[in-house]
Amino acid sequence: MPDLSKPYDVLVAGGGNAALCAAITARQNGASVLLIESAPRAFRGGNSRHTRNLRAMHTGPTGVLTEAYLEDEYWDDLKRVTGGNTDEALARMTIRASAGVFGWMKESGVQFQPSLTGTLNLSRTNAFFLGGGKALVNAYYLTAERLGVDILYDSEVLALHLDNGTVRQADITHKGFPRTVTARCVVAASGGFQANLDWMRQYWGDAVDNFVIRGTPYNRGRILKNLLDQGVAPVGDPTQCHAVALDARAPKFDGGITTRLDSVPYSIVVNRDGERFYDEGEDVWPKRYAIWGRLIAQQPGQIAYSVCDAKSVPLFMPSVFPAMVAPTLEALAGKLGLDPAKLVATVERYNQAVAEDAAGRFNNTKLDGCATQGLEPPKTNWARRIDKAPFTGYPLRPGITFTYLGVRVNDRARVLMEDGRPAGNLFASGEIMAGNILGKGYLAGFGMTIGTVFGRIAGEEAARHARN
Amino acid sequence: MQETDAIADARREIEVCNACRYCEGFCAVFPAVELKREFSAGDLSYLANLCHGCRGCYYACQYAPPHEWGINVPRSLALVRDQSYAEYAWPPRLAGAFARNGVTVAASIAAGIALMLLLTIGFVSDAALYGAHKVVPGSFYQVIPLWMMQLVGVATFGFSLVALGMGAARFWRDAGTPAPIGPRAVLTAVHDALSLKNLGGGGGGCNDNSERFSLRRRYLHHAMMYGFLLCFAATCTGFYDHAILGLAAPYPFLSAPVLLGTLGGIGLLVGTFGLFAMKLVADPGPTARELLGADVALLALLFFAALTGIALLALRGTGGMGIALAVHLGVILALFVTLPYSKMVHGVYRAAALLRAAAEHRVGVGG
Ligand SMILES: Cc1cc2nc3c(=O)[nH]c(=O)nc-3n(C[C@H](O)[C@H](O)[C@H](O)COP(=O)(O)OP(=O)(O)OC[C@H]3O[C@@H](n4cnc5c(N)ncnc54)[C@H](O)[C@@H]3O)c2cc1C
Ligand code: SF4
Ligand code: SF4
Repeated sequence: MPDLSKPYDVLVAGGGNAALCAAITARQNGASVLLIESAPRAFRGGNSRHTRNLRAMHTGPTGVLTEAYLEDEYWDDLKRVTGGNTDEALARMTIRASAGVFGWMKESGVQFQPSLTGTLNLSRTNAFFLGGGKALVNAYYLTAERLGVDILYDSEVLALHLDNGTVRQADITHKGFPRTVTARCVVAASGGFQANLDWMRQYWGDAVDNFVIRGTPYNRGRILKNLLDQGVAPVGDPTQCHAVALDARAPKFDGGITTRLDSVPYSIVVNRDGERFYDEGEDVWPKRYAIWGRLIAQQPGQIAYSVCDAKSVPLFMPSVFPAMVAPTLEALAGKLGLDPAKLVATVERYNQAVAEDAAGRFNNTKLDGCATQGLEPPKTNWARRIDKAPFTGYPLRPGITFTYLGVRVNDRARVLMEDGRPAGNLFASGEIMAGNILGKGYLAGFGMTIGTVFGRIAGEEAARHARN
Repeated sequence: MQETDAIADARREIEVCNACRYCEGFCAVFPAVELKREFSAGDLSYLANLCHGCRGCYYACQYAPPHEWGINVPRSLALVRDQSYAEYAWPPRLAGAFARNGVTVAASIAAGIALMLLLTIGFVSDAALYGAHKVVPGSFYQVIPLWMMQLVGVATFGFSLVALGMGAARFWRDAGTPAPIGPRAVLTAVHDALSLKNLGGGGGGCNDNSERFSLRRRYLHHAMMYGFLLCFAATCTGFYDHAILGLAAPYPFLSAPVLLGTLGGIGLLVGTFGLFAMKLVADPGPTARELLGADVALLALLFFAALTGIALLALRGTGGMGIALAVHLGVILALFVTLPYSKMVHGVYRAAALLRAAAEHRVGVGG
């Protein structure tokens, strides 16, 4: 147990990627550092333990990335997914900095998969962690320990007491006991608030009872709320969250990546009344992945069912739960808990709207334009008849990845107050400030990039500030 | 392979891995998993024998215990591996030898030594047994007649080779029709087997007892494996010296058989002792404690084989030579006899699994 009576140079609140990057960097810059993680050791690492890659700019092939991915293309991608809901200066700074993180990450023990071996075809833009995010988190904790960062697990930061824009003291609990900590600087890296269902309920009502939280149950937004209550400037729409379609059998928390389901473009999706409600073939799945969570959240009971036939099953990655399979649509409806007559009618109506030549034109590797005719809502690509037994179905629920609400920061990771002044000694990194750059949508691998870049800046700035 | 709880557990976990795939860079197991969507018991046996037990995928797993899914691939595959040893054992009625393998192997060592001692005492005069021997050609055979060494050696070792081969064939068939095996696949497999590429090959080594990586286990296994191979080479050169050149043992220290044997013996001692010491401090999380007996038994057997061999070298000019020779040969006899009924089989099955993986992977990538 570290001695909490002495002030630390830097207190890092959180225990995921952003927190670790800040803590290690601050320590490397000579600061004494205390890192406080609310999860027990076995579940340390927040949502970062569920990640697999990071998006990095690069001007030529590297060991872990192919070809080149330049600033402007990266920026265009970001502008597109956020619909312009971003801060160009901060975003471009982050993108440029992403090119320089590999050396430091490797020195800190992170290992990457060689390029071209990744499952997803992202090896040009995204570098994959060997063993995934938990291996990365493990490596960072080992490095932090080796460098002499003090670490408290099972400890929650309850409040950071701000006085005129400067944190004077932190209230924490350690294994259930209240303590106070003083530090010259504080880095807030405690993620979003998606695991705080009561907070989510303010915006979504009782629908949250049917939401699945994909990551850690420990991101409850306690520090975020505490800071916003004390005059820190907010950023991002508090009502919005990144929501995807998941297998409804996923655990309430921490189900991670394996509960995702990619069957939508090759199936029809019906609600609990057996009705279709949206164009399943609107665009390639990676681009539509993130709208389906919201769509399902708006359906009665926040549940939907993806239904396809034997032709489509080989086209998508298996989910971790067994598919529900039946020789007839009626039997499948029974298994899924749907009204068989309704489901059969919906499929019939859909099948009649499928183009005559769909079977010949169908091409799952591109937008094939195989669209339904005269159906509302239409299916505009990959619309083939559902007629080859056995029939397969999956129940779907909204799965929440993260929330967008955060604290405003400047390009030195310093938290800004509502009046626009920078806070005296308070910095932020990771999900808690991602809304500055990612106001909407999501770009695969960008969460880890923001946490790494801002974590390193926050650590460096905090260490420098503490020593002055 | 029979459907057992071990198979069902492994299947559930491997299906989670197939939806996750985060560990695909660690070793050959995950790329092999990705080629399939359903896993028969034979498939799981193949995957289990492909796994080198480096534990990388345990510490990296976000679903490892205490997560409610409790994914523990190294442990689950170790249990399947253990089941596979018994199921492929030949003749099948000796499968029971794997049930309490530590006891089986220990009993074999004791029996081997006792048998050799009895035989020597029965056959040989006290003078020949206890007398101070000069290191002169033929002195070993005064203690144990050459014909007996050869007969027992060839019979037991020969039988074991046949049994190992039968087991390997059963394993091979059980995993289904493999992809065509070309010379590239053979080369890859030989390379992977000799370099232990998959023993922590994905990154900085194995996880010995924590998230920390090290190459210690790989190096110790190398010491043991190459030690064993050197001892085998020593035996072969000895046979060559004797049968072709007509030179009788014992050989001078600066001869191929003795030098190879000494070097190999030291490798075995270092490797087996080191691996044993590592087991003492291993994290119980990813290990299958119930298999410890078999692991330790094989390490002990190899350790004693080396130790008694070196003791024989040290004592061969003294009155202790007779007993030392009998004890050493007793241990070697036990090694020969238990070869197909000890954890030693892992070498054969793993090599076969690597060959299959190399062949399939080429097909998977190319086609
Ligand atoms: C299933 C899944 C897959 C993902 N895959 C990727 C990917 O491949 N690439 C990518 O870039 N992004 C991915 N993301 C997004 C990514 O997880 C986040 O962008 C990133 O992890 C944020 O890092 P962070 O350190 O800010 O937050 P986290 O890693 O969530 O860390 C927050 C930490 O703060 C701790 N904490 C919270 N409150 C307190 C408190 N009051 N006191 C003390 N500690 C507290 C938590 O315990 C946790 O350790 C994925 C997300 C999910 C859910
Ligand atoms: S061991 Fe865990 S992290 Fe690795 S592939 Fe399997 S489920 Fe994924
Ligand atoms: S070899 Fe290592 S990484 Fe591969 S399955 Fe076995 S324990 Fe896991």
